[in-house]
Amino acid sequence: MNRIQSLEMRGISKSFLDVHANQDIDLTIRSGEILGLLGENGAGKTTLMNILYGLYNPDDGEILVNGTPVRLKNPKDSMNAGIGMIHQHFMLVDKHSVLENIALGYEEAPFFFPQRALRRRIRELSAQYGLDVDPDKPVWELSAGEQQRVEIVKALSRNADLLIMDEPTSVLTPQEADELFDILRRMCSEGHSVILISHKLDEIMDICHRVMVLRKGRVTGEAPIEDVNKGRLAEMMIGRQIATAYAKADIEPGETVLEVKRLDVDSDRGLPAVRGLSLDVHASEILGIAGVSGNGQQELVETITGLRSPLAGTILMHGKPLDHADARQAHRLGITHVPEERIKYGIVPNLLLYENSVLKRHRDAPFSNWIQMNYGVIRTHAGNLVNGFQVDTPSVNVKVKNLSGGNIQKLILGREISGGPDLLIAAHPTYGLDVGATEYVRRQLIKLRDQGGAVLLVSEDLDELFMVCDRIAVMFEGHFMGEVDPESCTVEEIGLMMAGSVRQEA
Amino acid sequence: MLDVIVSVLTRAIIAGTPLLLATLGEIVTERAGILNLGMEGLMSTGAVTAFIVTFTTGNPWLGLLAAVLVGMLLSSLHGFVCIGLRANQVVSGLALTMLGLGISGLWGKPYIGRPLPIRMSRINIPGLSDMPVLGSILFNHNWYVYLSVLIGIVIWFVVKHTSWGITLRSVGENPRAAEAQGIAVNRVKHLAVLVGGGLAGMAGAFLSTAYSGSWNEGMVAGRGWIVIALTIFALWQPAMAFVGAYLFGGIFVLQYMLQPLGISPNILAMLPYLSTLVVLFIYGLTKSGQRRMNAPATLGEPYVRGER
Amino acid sequence: MQIDLIPRQRGSAALNLVILVGSLLAGLVAVSVVFALNGVNPAVAIFSIFRGSFGSWYGIKETVTKSIPLILIGSGLAMAYKAKFWNIGAESQLLVGAVFATFIGLRFGSLPGLVLVPMMFLAAFVGGALWGMVPAVLKIRFGINEVISTLMLNYIAAEFVKFLVVGPWKGATKGGYPYTDDMPAQAILRQLPYSRISPILLVLAVVGALVLGWLVYRSRFGYEIRVIGENTHAARYSGINFFRTSVLLMAISGGMAGLAGAGELLSIHHYLSYPETISAGYGFTAIIVAWLARLNPAYTIVSGLFFAGIIVGGDAIQISMGMPAATVNVFNGLILVFLIMGDFFISHQVRIRAGRSVHA
Repeated sequence: MNRIQSLEMRGISKSFLDVHANQDIDLTIRSGEILGLLGENGAGKTTLMNILYGLYNPDDGEILVNGTPVRLKNPKDSMNAGIGMIHQHFMLVDKHSVLENIALGYEEAPFFFPQRALRRRIRELSAQYGLDVDPDKPVWELSAGEQQRVEIVKALSRNADLLIMDEPTSVLTPQEADELFDILRRMCSEGHSVILISHKLDEIMDICHRVMVLRKGRVTGEAPIEDVNKGRLAEMMIGRQIATAYAKADIEPGETVLEVKRLDVDSDRGLPAVRGLSLDVHASEILGIAGVSGNGQQELVETITGLRSPLAGTILMHGKPLDHADARQAHRLGITHVPEERIKYGIVPNLLLYENSVLKRHRDAPFSNWIQMNYGVIRTHAGNLVNGFQVDTPSVNVKVKNLSGGNIQKLILGREISGGPDLLIAAHPTYGLDVGATEYVRRQLIKLRDQGGAVLLVSEDLDELFMVCDRIAVMFEGHFMGEVDPESCTVEEIGLMMAGSVRQEA
Repeated sequence: MLDVIVSVLTRAIIAGTPLLLATLGEIVTERAGILNLGMEGLMSTGAVTAFIVTFTTGNPWLGLLAAVLVGMLLSSLHGFVCIGLRANQVVSGLALTMLGLGISGLWGKPYIGRPLPIRMSRINIPGLSDMPVLGSILFNHNWYVYLSVLIGIVIWFVVKHTSWGITLRSVGENPRAAEAQGIAVNRVKHLAVLVGGGLAGMAGAFLSTAYSGSWNEGMVAGRGWIVIALTIFALWQPAMAFVGAYLFGGIFVLQYMLQPLGISPNILAMLPYLSTLVVLFIYGLTKSGQRRMNAPATLGEPYVRGER
Repeated sequence: MQIDLIPRQRGSAALNLVILVGSLLAGLVAVSVVFALNGVNPAVAIFSIFRGSFGSWYGIKETVTKSIPLILIGSGLAMAYKAKFWNIGAESQLLVGAVFATFIGLRFGSLPGLVLVPMMFLAAFVGGALWGMVPAVLKIRFGINEVISTLMLNYIAAEFVKFLVVGPWKGATKGGYPYTDDMPAQAILRQLPYSRISPILLVLAVVGALVLGWLVYRSRFGYEIRVIGENTHAARYSGINFFRTSVLLMAISGGMAGLAGAGELLSIHHYLSYPETISAGYGFTAIIVAWLARLNPAYTIVSGLFFAGIIVGGDAIQISMGMPAATVNVFNGLILVFLIMGDFFISHQVRIRAGRSVHA
């Protein structure tokens, strides 16, 4: 089998409905090279790689291997071309053993007892690259690092020459990450090449030979690693322009509304997501939490809103504790929440607009009493929301799934804000919204703050954080890297903290 | 006393054979992630088809073949609705049951009460069947029993020790992972449904052409539902299907045997269903039990390609 | 050529109705084909079915009679299915309800009718409710799939009833048959003259369906049910208590079936006998009744009448054309299949075009 000396993607474009995931992207990689693909969530990195791996067809552009154009119609084509991909969320069958996972779809395996024949191959690969895997263990028993090694062996057994790794260290401990990089270096010395998708600057600087930066579907920069530094990369990843701040009332923050002390939370996989985190939010204040998604923000928000139980630590709302995962108690304490995945958690798509307008508050008067829902009151309330929050809809009687993303968000925001809550937690509230809706949402947050509310804003959008927040804390790998004052902080500073490289004393 | 035991064991094997066949089929289907609640209807159509063809041609083997084909045909409807149209698998299976029971009633009407002149033959394995005790229990059955054992062994082997088996199981556990390896997930699911339907048809054929030699509406008598339970009881493993099928077959037989002892046959008849619940309950008590009880991860869920 | 399946953005009541009727018609066509393939003239058969059920006073009365249990059970199932709780156990919930009612009837047979009848119905509701709550607990606390547990409980209850009627409850007056003694005379429900319709039961069924409809669409409990059924994540987000809601839900669903059991006992049979006789497959037919009613308990009044008509018509052609009883199952099965297929077209648009697929 011919090895990949060079691989080129030319002019690749891909859209899903109206979202331009990739626009006219050129990418080149040569044998022995590790290319870093840098960008925030939604920048288009995974889409591009899925095209390379044959899971998507590009709308435009072509792919050349060793100068010859190839058609990659499905993963088999890509595997035959020598391309292997290790996804961020492992594609492994938990219940099966390592052997069986590697044997899945492996065409060169014999029909009978494929596991046996693979054992030798696995041993060879393990020795060659230092990839220790126990072939007979069921995958669910393996640590994330071990599972990743299985994925690598799987790809290598298909004679993968170019390995695409999507955020490989997101589930690894620092030691495991080091081990992984050793393995990658070894592979490259044998002529393999690697495309490493990451949002972590340290990593990219550490191991990549070249780096390419994507932002909003386009290439914003590309260079050999010697020619860049972290600051430049941060700028390319995040973008330079910071719009001027919105007008905010000149108020001093009031009493402490939310107090979080030394919070420890685990993720679904049992890995540490939040460690020893403390924060407080005051009335008439917007505290922003900056950081790339996946650094524990989701778990933090879920814990504060009563959807997840912490391992340790306390949460106090006006001094009253939220002891465990009880969403209703959180609600009663006055915590409101605009969730991150608005369609999955924030609305019931098949129900009507006015029915959605009281989600979570449906047990409170005047929306219901004892047993009956007061739909008359609810409809009026929904009408007020629609008017007050500029939700574009023909009526309150439409199914909420028919609204655009922006209008759904405005509805959710209105629903949560309209009670004049003490605390609003907004998680990535403007993700995927158009300019108008985005503007609107931000103004509403500020308005709530001006009226005395406390707001906790989790966002990846630095522009937003700078424009809206009074203070910004930066979260990375489960703890705060530091807190900054948006008036005096630079993009470079905060970008570095987001990427984990500088830590201020909190 | 010995005679009684021999008789019970022999009859347990016979009674368990249709259960074994259909359970093996359902295991294959469910391991690909498709829930097929239409077993009762499929077995019924298999029974009537086998009966009619055997009656008309005088050849029980043709009856068997026809039953398998009809089972596959009928189950392909379920496959189309559940895989192609991503419909609710519970409701589709119930519809299939009704349809199967209805069609078999329709077809079988002219044949009610007419005995089958030729039934599937018994074989005596030379030498072995003369053994005392074991000879009668194991080596003196009709072809279906041996076929079912053979099929069971083949399925066990394929599922556990071949690449087809790995593909099948992976499709049910993590179809995305299978798709990422270039496997045609929907095609695998369709095939699994067909295998399940064919084996259900065969189980029905046994009932009409070997077990009773006649046709009656309702002769499947709820066995199809027991098969659904047996699939869970067997933890979706073909080897365990043997245990479950013969065990439950034994319970059917014991029912009548223990009657003279004063134990109500009805309480005994509850046993298969009670045991299923008890086993599930026990599994559900511990974490490791719950993990083992876990059905194939995507059982019952429609699979949509490529969405994240 | 590429067939694209696109989730439909906008639906409308008119479109839904058209697709519903279209599904029924398609089902009828399919049924005709089955009939034709079996040497039965489909037009004659279908006509006979409808004439049998709606074409004569006798037919209409029988249809209404049989619609009562279907409406009672169907409305309870519609509510359960709204929460995506697949209750397949209505047959047994009916039986347990009948058992509880029988117990009261046998033990307290001396009480006056005005006291006895409500007691028996109450007991029936309680019995069905208890039997329905078991799978809810098994699901939420022990992770046991409700399809399996309700199916198993069907058989367990059926065997228990058999045990009762051949054993401890075997009637002294029944000549050795596996029947209980007759229920107290004062408890037997009066029927409309020349029919088997009990007005009390009819009112109960209609009111029950309407009440459940009200519950699902107007009560707080119903709101929570619908949220759970449509989006379990949002249900968690909004603090809904899964355990309490599911248990209450199944209590009502089972209780309704229990009421149907009491109704069959006191109106039609007058004594407890073999389970198949008492439940007569109502628990399964009611599933389609609920589905046809688009899971709106109030609509089960209409769909219940429709399916009762099919049952009665099926009985009719059994006699007039010698069709086996199972013919009705063909009808039911095919209609259900086409209803499911129709569901697909309600939620998806199908577009055929030339070119490559979105996916590889």
